[in-house]
Amino acid sequence: MNNQVYLYIAVMALATYLVRMLPLVLLRKEIKNVYIRSFLHYVPYVTLAAMTFPAIITATGNLISGVIGLLCAVIIAYVDGNLFKVSVGACAAVYIVELIMRLL
Amino acid sequence: MKEQKKSTYFIKGMRDGIPIAMGYLAVAFTLGISAKNANMTGLQAAVMSVTMHASAGEFAAISMIATNAGILEMIFTEIIVNLRYILLSCSLSQKLDAKMPFFHRFFLAFDMTDEVFGISMASAELSGGKLHPYYTYGAMAVASPGWVLGTFLGVVLGNVLPISVLNALNVALYGMFLAIIIPAAKKNKIILGLIIVTMLASSLFAVLPVVRELSSGIRIIILTLLIAGAAAFLFPIKETEVSANE
Repeated sequence: MNNQVYLYIAVMALATYLVRMLPLVLLRKEIKNVYIRSFLHYVPYVTLAAMTFPAIITATGNLISGVIGLLCAVIIAYVDGNLFKVSVGACAAVYIVELIMRLL
Repeated sequence: MKEQKKSTYFIKGMRDGIPIAMGYLAVAFTLGISAKNANMTGLQAAVMSVTMHASAGEFAAISMIATNAGILEMIFTEIIVNLRYILLSCSLSQKLDAKMPFFHRFFLAFDMTDEVFGISMASAELSGGKLHPYYTYGAMAVASPGWVLGTFLGVVLGNVLPISVLNALNVALYGMFLAIIIPAAKKNKIILGLIIVTMLASSLFAVLPVVRELSSGIRIIILTLLIAGAAAFLFPIKETEVSANE
């Protein structure tokens, strides 16, 4: 059973790695096609936006702290843009809001 | 001089890796708790995290190990759950210098999570459009231990962190995504529009019947194909504009 788990992990890890590695290795040249270039240029923004929202507002203990965490992150990102400050600011906002809500 | 540049990028990557590691600690902790519930040991869970580096992929892996799924199902599910990495890697491939030694592509793929991808793309934009691999290695050197340690601690400690702390840490990764997309939106109206449209569509996908039954991984792929595809068609970027952007 034990060894079998490691075998399963190895197989799944290989599948995961290949999905990430093959495009990097196969696409060695710069793509010239304007449409594909533009598509790949937009991919990160769309993917990250789709992953963030609405997931962020349901990631915490309640909707209110989630929404305030989101707003704080957006504001700090707009003003500063530093990864660390945005992340820590959002976490701190959620923590404080939930603390206040427990006290009320 | 070149060595110095490597270490500069490595350290920069490590610095940007800190918020990732923080968020990972929290997410991987919950991952570890479910691994424990599936009767996996701390070592097994840690090995899984160090070899896979994928949240959705690992949650799927745990449930398949727990239910004794067949090996083909495991392979197939992992490919589906991780399909968006094909898009992300295609996108990243355009930021790699053709002159960069080839072996880097094998190492870069190892821990290319959504978060490491995000900051790598942002870093490439800042350094003339091409990614310096040591930046990504620096980020991985910090983020990966956070992920693996979090998983291990989740198994051995279980529910030791108060829920209020876990709740707060849960937004760390989303905060980071916002730190990547918001500054880009500030500079470019098209990207701002894209982000708003995507968030609206993503909310719609989360509540619409039938679509909401799809896994979040599949929903993200569909949204990316549709919206980035439409944007490429409506707002194609000419060569000169791309280099001006970067």
